[in-house]
Amino acid sequence: MNRFLQPIAIIFWKDILLELRSKDIIISAAVFGFLVVIVFNFALNVTPRLVTQLAPGILWVAFAFAGTLAMNRSFVREKEQGGLEGLLLTPVSRDAIFLGKALVSFLFMLIVEAALLPVFAVMLGFSAFSFMLILTIVLATLGFATVGTLFSAIAVQTRSREIMLPVLFFPIILPVIIGAVEASSQAIGGDGGAGIGKWLPLIGVFDALFLVICPWVFSFVVEE
Amino acid sequence: MSSSQASEAILVEGLHKSYGDWPVLWDLNLSVGWGEFVVLFGANGTGKTTLLRVLSTQARPESGTVKVSGFDCVRRAESVRSRVGVVGHSGFLYEDLTCRENLMFYGQLFRIDHIRQRVDDVLSQVGMTQRADHRVKTLSHGMQKRVAIARAILHQPQVLLLDEPEGGLDQESLAMLSSLLSEWTQAGRTVVMTTHNVELGLSWADRVAVLSDGGLQFQDSETCRDSAKLRRRLTPEPSPEADGETAQTAGNSNE
Repeated sequence: MNRFLQPIAIIFWKDILLELRSKDIIISAAVFGFLVVIVFNFALNVTPRLVTQLAPGILWVAFAFAGTLAMNRSFVREKEQGGLEGLLLTPVSRDAIFLGKALVSFLFMLIVEAALLPVFAVMLGFSAFSFMLILTIVLATLGFATVGTLFSAIAVQTRSREIMLPVLFFPIILPVIIGAVEASSQAIGGDGGAGIGKWLPLIGVFDALFLVICPWVFSFVVEE
Repeated sequence: MSSSQASEAILVEGLHKSYGDWPVLWDLNLSVGWGEFVVLFGANGTGKTTLLRVLSTQARPESGTVKVSGFDCVRRAESVRSRVGVVGHSGFLYEDLTCRENLMFYGQLFRIDHIRQRVDDVLSQVGMTQRADHRVKTLSHGMQKRVAIARAILHQPQVLLLDEPEGGLDQESLAMLSSLLSEWTQAGRTVVMTTHNVELGLSWADRVAVLSDGGLQFQDSETCRDSAKLRRRLTPEPSPEADGETAQTAGNSNE
């Protein structure tokens, strides 16, 4: 395998193995997301007429906060066990370390979202099997995981790491979340491709920007 | 410059490193040859760990030249990392992975050939074959340290950096480490170790040096060979000014 891709795959597999053993990231994020759905479902009376207006917001509140929870754990585990320092001592580029961690965060978030989406759909009364909705979720999650991984690496170096991550991270990821809410609204409302057309490229552009900038910034973040 | 052309395993010239406004190392010079075992002594906060972190590319020097195996620690950091093994205060091990899984993970990142055989060999060297498939979190501190040593030597680094490696090790483990390091230097590889244990450091080292005031003092001088003198040097004595202040304070309180 390619010299650059191999370490990404090795780090990715290591994190999956750790999660299979500890199960602390996916389960906590999924339970949190599920609770958000339950609370909103009882707090708001989501009628079929209001579903297009309310469901996307509820959906992305749950995804965003559950994702933040998952992202935080990813680097806390590395920091607590000295694994990050161990990784930095290997002859692997910082970019590869970053992309390995971001890729696994992306996967964990997708798993949580895949578990939550059908529950949302049943409770709020919309179709989860919309190609445009799934595409929106995948694209927005990619940007979310990329920026989240970077800010998780920054936040883990601070004392109040659990608070610092959302404080630092949400202002940067806001354009992607706004785009995701708008695109999801169009997808759930059955607008098809018309309205969604302007939001998906926006999310795609931010994803591309984040994928270039974040690995580069990461090398400075982990530098002492 | 490649490692085979490098005349010295470690070369440090005019190294400066500070944390914020606090200078830790300044104008530090050090040269370590191939096959040499150097032990660094120094009181707490004199920069022993910082020096090892700079040598292992974990910390960036502010100025000066730092070369390991002939490679610059800033410009050729990845080349340095593939030639350096580190035993630090943390074992750099994942608690939910087994000893073997941890070593396989690092071995793959170091691109080691015949990795399974190599992992078995190092586990045997540190006496952990029986516990190879146990999760790290189930091991005692001393056993975790043994696995950390196995991780550090896994890729057969040319330079081994050990930061107080004796912590948590029993007599048997210390004997194992001593014999392993002895073989290491006999094979022409270099070891730099920090410790507060004067007897242990003096018995293992080819050369000793004391870190103080940001630089290396008393390199291999008579002071360094005499454990009593060395211990006195490492114990901070109250300065005359401090004595004066203490006396004055006592006087004021009497008033």
